[in-house]
Order: sequence, then structure tokens, then C-alpha cells
Amino acid sequence: MSPETLFRRITDYANRADPYPLYAELREHGVTRQEDGRYLVGTYYEINALLHDPRVSSDLRNRTAPDPEFQPPEGGLPSFIGLDDPEHHRLRGLAMRQFGPPHTPGRVDALRDDIARIAGELADRLRGKDRLDLVDDFAFPLPVTVICDLLGVPEEDVQQMHLWADTAIKSLDFAPGEDPGPRRRASQEARVAMGAYLGELAAKRRGHPTGDMLSGLVNDDGPDGRLTEVELMVTTVLLLIAGHETTVNLITNGMLTLLRHPEELERLRAHPELMPSAVEELLRYEPPVQFLPQRTPLTDIEVGGVTVPKGVPLILVLASGNRDPLRFPDADRFDPTREDNQHFGFGSGIHNCFGAPLARIETQIALTTLLHGLDTPRLLEDPPPYRTSPVLRGSRHLPLAQAADGVQAGR
Amino acid sequence: MSRDPWDGRIVIVGASLAGLRAAETLRAEGFAGELTIVGDEPHPPYDRPPLSKQVLLGRARAEDCVLPARRETGATWKLGVRAAGLDGDGRQVILANGEHLPYDRLLIATGTRARPWPQPEEAALDGVFTVRTMEDAGRLAERLDAGPRRVLVIGAGFTGSEIASACRERGLAVTVAERGPAPLIGALGGTVGSWAAELHRSHGVDLRCGVTVTALRGSGGRLTGAELSDGSALDVDVAVVALGAVRNTEWLADSGLAAGPKGVACDAGCRVVDMYGIVTDDVFVAGDVARFPHPLFQYQFLALEHWGNAVAQAEVAAHNMISRGRERRPHLSVPAFWSSQFGLNIKSVGVPTFSDQVVIAQGSPEERRLVAVYGYQGRVTAAVTVNSAKSLEHYEELICTGAPFPPGPDAADHVPGREPEPSDVPDPRGLTHGPTVALTGHLPDRRLVVLRPGG
Ligand SMILES: Cc1cc2nc3c(=O)[nH]c(=O)nc-3n(C[C@H](O)[C@H](O)[C@H](O)COP(=O)(O)OP(=O)(O)OC[C@H]3O[C@@H](n4cnc5c(N)ncnc54)[C@H](O)[C@@H]3O)c2cc1C
Ligand code: HEM
Repeated sequence: MSPETLFRRITDYANRADPYPLYAELREHGVTRQEDGRYLVGTYYEINALLHDPRVSSDLRNRTAPDPEFQPPEGGLPSFIGLDDPEHHRLRGLAMRQFGPPHTPGRVDALRDDIARIAGELADRLRGKDRLDLVDDFAFPLPVTVICDLLGVPEEDVQQMHLWADTAIKSLDFAPGEDPGPRRRASQEARVAMGAYLGELAAKRRGHPTGDMLSGLVNDDGPDGRLTEVELMVTTVLLLIAGHETTVNLITNGMLTLLRHPEELERLRAHPELMPSAVEELLRYEPPVQFLPQRTPLTDIEVGGVTVPKGVPLILVLASGNRDPLRFPDADRFDPTREDNQHFGFGSGIHNCFGAPLARIETQIALTTLLHGLDTPRLLEDPPPYRTSPVLRGSRHLPLAQAADGVQAGR
Repeated sequence: MSRDPWDGRIVIVGASLAGLRAAETLRAEGFAGELTIVGDEPHPPYDRPPLSKQVLLGRARAEDCVLPARRETGATWKLGVRAAGLDGDGRQVILANGEHLPYDRLLIATGTRARPWPQPEEAALDGVFTVRTMEDAGRLAERLDAGPRRVLVIGAGFTGSEIASACRERGLAVTVAERGPAPLIGALGGTVGSWAAELHRSHGVDLRCGVTVTALRGSGGRLTGAELSDGSALDVDVAVVALGAVRNTEWLADSGLAAGPKGVACDAGCRVVDMYGIVTDDVFVAGDVARFPHPLFQYQFLALEHWGNAVAQAEVAAHNMISRGRERRPHLSVPAFWSSQFGLNIKSVGVPTFSDQVVIAQGSPEERRLVAVYGYQGRVTAAVTVNSAKSLEHYEELICTGAPFPPGPDAADHVPGREPEPSDVPDPRGLTHGPTVALTGHLPDRRLVVLRPGG
């Protein structure tokens, strides 16, 4: 088939369960122009070069023609994932000041116990069930609860945040040809509602800090000042959205992959110290963010022998770069002890995942808890049903069976 | 050499970063023979970069800066023993305790030491420090804890600037004396240097450029003050001598190798060259003590004092020590360096001194973040990032491919109106501090013929 139709085929729902052969085809063709004028890049070194190229913008307002699928949120400031430096640098820096080192070195580590407790409680509820859905019963509730904990959203409002986050992410849930209007409007409404809620909560914390990230954001005056009210809303909404479904998918994809590789699952159960490296391999092998749809060259850029014109949609297929045999030996093999594993699971360059340290810890704890909490789990459907989004790819349900007594031999 | 490259005896002299990483690589790549590591410091390998940063700030203890091992080396460690000579014909290293260590292949990784204050009696005063070793940093940190009235830092290269920054962060009064016109100028040129000068001053450093310290004064064996070439005098109770590094090559004086004050010369495969310029096949070198030709910089011999170079070169040297012919690899990594001072994260890639022009391609000093790109004769040769390290890979690619200089104005955060200007790299001999990147061959605009220096 023509390489010009690759994007259409990659986004086609029929290929959601296994897009990897399409990515192999994409790598064969190098940088490829699509029938609709997009450019697709799927080879590791070319993606890497573009992710670090300061002439590549993340701000959709730099598109020559608006993308029917991806549009900046209407009326209002894009969050820093959709901005370039220096604005991106300033906003990310202000948020980072309350999230990680050097200013707040202990924040993520302090969540460890909470994460383990939440994961443990969720896993306890699975005990004794002979059938369960790993997504609804475990992977879905965990990340949103953790981010709410991080920000300082009271427990009684977590459910509401969850609903908003689900709706908001639908803007990435596209299928070419379908009218994205209603989806986008719903997403926009959810973001606005969430922003209003978080803005109000932040106002309450002003002058009354409670030790959480939101309190830090409104009470701490660093050398670079503070977020404005609007910036605060947009940024906290970003944290919720960016950290929710991605983590759900990593946990789900992770369990699915381990169940497909039982010998590796057993090895990880016996050697929990391998879990950090296994999570890196999952981020390479089944990355929750399959491609980055919102890059635009600010000038004609030559990459891989092709000139990508200024202003066109430039799509970086991270999941394809992760399987590039020129970079990763035996790239299609799942190897939890792989060395030199500089994958694109969290992107790279200035926009590399802000929440990566949290996502790593969360997934490590979640999978370890599951490996010890579930009793000889089996996949009931393979492949499982996938969600529609080709960007944030993951299964909608992951039906599992386990031995009913819930007490694991040798545990 | 014994027949089988994975067998036989390998001796490594220098038990620090380069020595350790080479030993680990040897084992990782299958060397199964006898491995002996000689080091004159009594400690197992430790990490130096934190010594002028976290340690002086009191955030880490000097003795905790161990280098994490990547794997077992199964080596025999001879620590606290100096190598005193090399018998290249007889293939043995002669230790200061009289022992002779035979080898089939040798790796030289003896690094550098701090350049001492030239007047020995003044250098011996209580209160005069250098910072190279764990003991140095531990003692200085202790002295800073005691709250000296004023600290004098002599030399404003990277180490001197980091020390000054740490003192200011502790709230101590600091004077920095630099012979050149600005801090960091020897490594990064005038444009970045003049910004560095502003940084020092805005952080409350009493920065004095264009002066030298002519004498250190003491009373009862303790430092009490210093005299400067402009006639002024300072009352100080701590002076940190940061005059750059001296390469540890004296033990090789009679070895017949091309070893001298500029380092130990080798080919791109880390094989040491003898005094005739003929490459040996059993003696290798890596790390700060090495000087090696780099094709990207007109095959000039680079001598780098960079952590990353020590690691990369050690890996190549180790690989080549147990490989033959075409399996051998060149050491081609692009020089890269980092520093942190005055709250800024500074990184460099390429060789900034190998330049005639510089342009600020992204950001600006006002934003406290920028990328300065250096060019020589119309191609990109280096970049320095300040609080914007994630752009480095892009510029490394430009350097590797010899991309045209100046780069276009198309970066998202390019500030219009910034034009290329002379990079203003001074003659390294005119500086108080040794430049971190020394082009020991010749400067771009002036050929310096390098003869084997007389020991
Ligand atoms: C204070 C400080 C801060 C630094 N900060 C940075 C930084 O921020 N970024 C960066 O990139 N680099 C930095 N560096 C440089 C980096 O630490 C060096 O590049 C690195 O240590 C080089 O490793 P090496 O093994 O080649 O040499 P060294 O670390 O110098 O080790 C050589 C070893 O050999 C021993 N030795 C010498 N002669 C003999 C002999 N005859 N017999 C036996 N043993 C001998 C020495 O005692 C020493 O232990 C810093 C260095 C210092 C001192
Ligand atoms: C497994 C889980 C996760 C994955 C796979 C993931 C993946 C990614 C990727 C690929 C990017 C790059 C986007 C781009 O370059 O355009 C990114 C950015 C981002 N992520 Fe994550 N993420 C995860 C979890 C999280 C969490 C838990 C948080 C919040 C706490 C978070 C917050 C962000 C933010 C704010 C950005 C934007 C960074 C910027 O623009 O500078 N992510 N993430």
C-alpha cells in the first residue's frame, strides 16, 4: 500500500490492537508525506533530532492551516505542553518548583506510601473475584487518586475529577473522517469546569497552605514569580489530564504484556528488584503515548534527507522509534532487563514528561502489587478491546480470570 | 601481548574515574586475565564534581562521594601506592615501594592534580587550599563551616567560580581575583565571560579582574591576608587556589613516551605515541591525562578535563586493549562539560575555544537562560547552554555535521537582534586559570607547533 496512506491506516481503529507492522512500514519509508500534507516520522534518530530541534514548535498556532483534528483549546491560553520557550520554560519551571528537585526534592517520594496504600486497597478488593476488569477495577482509579493527592484535592471530589479528566482527554480520541466537533466541545467544557474547580480550591489555599502542590503554587514566591490565576488553572488541569489516562494505559498495557510473557511475569514476581527496568521496557515496548500529533516546523527543516516545509503538521511516532532496530537490538522482543534503554515513552527534549518520576513509581508499585495480589491471573480476551484513541492507545477493558480463593500459593 | 586478547595481564595506573570505568569495560567485554589497578590515593575511586559543589555547600560529605560501581572488576587494587616509573621495553610498571608490576597491556589514567600556589612557604600557610581531592574538599568545607571573615578565590575558571558561588550561598564574604578580563573567559570567551562577571557581582562577589595575587601573608603560620598586583591588600583567613590543573606525567619522564606537561599523546584509538611519534600497541591512555587528535577540530590534540570524556575515552581504550585491527574503535565523542554556579546550570558541547565568532541563538542573559553558539570559519564548533540543556543534542548534531555558522534565527525562543560577534577567546597563556578545554595543538588563528616538552 502507498506510504501516503500510513497515517490513515495507523489511526484506523481496525489496526489499534497491533499497529506495529504499520510502524515497521513507516520506518522503511523514512520521513513520509501523507496524502493530506502531514509529515510522519518513525525512525529513532530522526525523531530524536526533531524532539531536540529548537525550530520545531509545540504551539498549534504556528500551523499554516488549522488541523481539523487537533486544535488549540478555544479562547484561552494553551497549557505549557502546547507552548514553546520561553513561555513554556517559565511555566514549566514554576510548576516544577513545587514538584521536584532542587526546590521540592521530596514531593514524589513522599507519595510512595500513599500509592502503595491505595494500590493495596484496590488490589484487596480484587481478591476472591474469579473475574475482574483490570481497567475499571484497578488501573483507572489509581492515577487520578494519586494526582488528586499530589495536588491536594479532597477525597470527596476525586470522583468528580475523574469524570472531568475522562471527558477532557476525548479531544485526542479522534478518528479521521468523523466530526470531531461535539467531542471537542465536551472536552473543552470539562477542562473549563475542572479549571474553575481547581482555581477555587487554590484560592482557599492562599494564605492557608496544607502542604500539597496546589498550596505551594499559590503561596510560594520564587525568583521567577508566580503563576497568574489563569495560568494556575490551565497548568493544574494539564497535570490532571496528562497524568491520568497515560498512567492507566501503562499499567494496563504492562499487565497485558506480562500476561503475554508468562516467563517474564514469573521472573518479576521472584525478583521485584527488576521492576524499575521492566517498567522502562514497557514504556519502550507498549508506550501509552504512541505519537505526538502537535509539532510544527517554524522553518523548512531537513531531516532524513527530506525537507519538511514550514507550518505543516509534523507527527512524531514515538512508538515506532521505540521499535527501531537501528537503535534497539532485537527491537520487537520484550526484554525487561534491557540495557541502554533510552526510549521515547516519556518523549524527550524540552517537553519530556513532567510527571515521569511519579509515573514510574506509580507503575512500579501498581504492577508489583498486582503480581503479588492476583492469583494466577489469565487473559480472558486477547487482544482485549481497545479505546478509540490512536494517540493514547490502551485497552478499554482488560478482562481477567483468577483462581477464586484469592490466596496465592507461596505468597 | 599474549595471543588471546582476552587473556594476559593488564595494569591500570590511576584509580579514579577513567581507571574504574576502563576496568569495568574490560570485564564487560570479556577480559578474563589478571587485572591490577594502582592508585596513589588511599581511597577507592570517588567522584570529583560534587567536591566543588554539594560538598562545599554542606549538602554532601566529601567521604560520601563514592563512584558507584557498574559491575564487578575482580581486580587487584594497589591503593596508596604511587607508580614511580615505567619500563616500556621490559613491560613493567615500577612502584614507589620498589615493586615491579609486569603487564602485557598498560592503561595510563593518572589524571591531573591541582596546580599549587607557586610560593611553597605561602602555600603551606594554614588557610590556603586547593580543591582536587576528597581530603581537600572535606578540609575546606570544615573551614567554611567555621565562618571565615572573608574567602579569597584565586582564579575564576569553572572550579574557582563554583567555589565562589558556594561561599556566597553560605553567606560568606568572597573576593575573586582573576588575571584575565572576566570569569570563565578562557573556556567560553568574552561574550559569556562578561555575563559571568555580572553574575558574580549580582550575587555579591567582590570580583577583581585584570589583577594577580602577588603574595599571601601570614602570621604564626596562619593566613592573614593577600596582596594584589594593583597595590591593594585584603584581609582574608581562607584562600582557595584555583589555578587549573597539572597533568600527572612525571612518573613517565624516562618512559620514552610522548608524555609531558600537556599530557600523554595518543592516537584516536587511545594508543600512546612514543617520543618519536610512533604509536605503541601495548600502552593506552584515557581521561584528563590524555591528549588526543580529534577530526572535528582539525585533528588538533585535545586535552580535556571533562568527566564525560574520561568515561567515554576509558570505554574506548578498554575496548581497544582487548581488540585487534578493525575491531578497534576511535574515540570520537564530542567534548561535553557541565557546571553549576550561582543557581545556573551551564553545559557545553564542542570546543568553545575553537572559534572566531559567537552568537546567542536562543534566550538571553535577561531571561537567565540562553544558548550561545560558537563558530569557526563559518561552521558550528561549539554551543554553551545556560538553563537550557535540552537543546544540547541539537547543537551537537550541528557540530558533528559541520553545519554552517551562524545557525538561522528560527529557534522558537530566538531573541531578534542578536548578531554574531567575535568570540574573543584569549590566548590561554594570558589567563590565571587553565582553560578547561585546551587546544594544545594551535589556536585557530595561530599555529603553535607542539614539540615534546622537556619533562
Ligand atoms: C573540584 C572539581 C570539580 C569538577 N567538576 C566537573 C564538572 O562539573 N563537570 C565535568 O565534566 N568535570 C568536572 N571535573 C573534572 C572531572 O572530575 C575529571 O574530568 C575526572 O575526574 C577525570 O578523571 P580521571 O580518572 O581521568 O583523572 P583523576 O580523577 O584526576 O584521577 C587520576 C588518579 O590517578 C592518581 N595518580 C596520579 N598519578 C599517579 C601515579 N603516579 N601513581 C598512581 N596513581 C596516580 C591520582 O591520584 C588520581 O586518583 C571536576 C574536577 C574537580 C577536581
Ligand atoms: C505512564 C505515564 C505517562 C506517560 C507515558 C507520559 C508521557 C508523556 C509524553 C510522551 C510527553 C511529551 C509530550 C510532548 O512532547 O508533546 C509528556 C508530557 C507531559 N507529561 Fe506525561 N506521561 C505520563 C504521566 C504523567 C504524569 C503522572 C504527569 C503529571 C503528574 C504528567 C505530566 C506531563 C506534563 C505536564 C507534560 C508536558 C511537559 C512539557 O510540555 O514540558 N505525565 N508525557
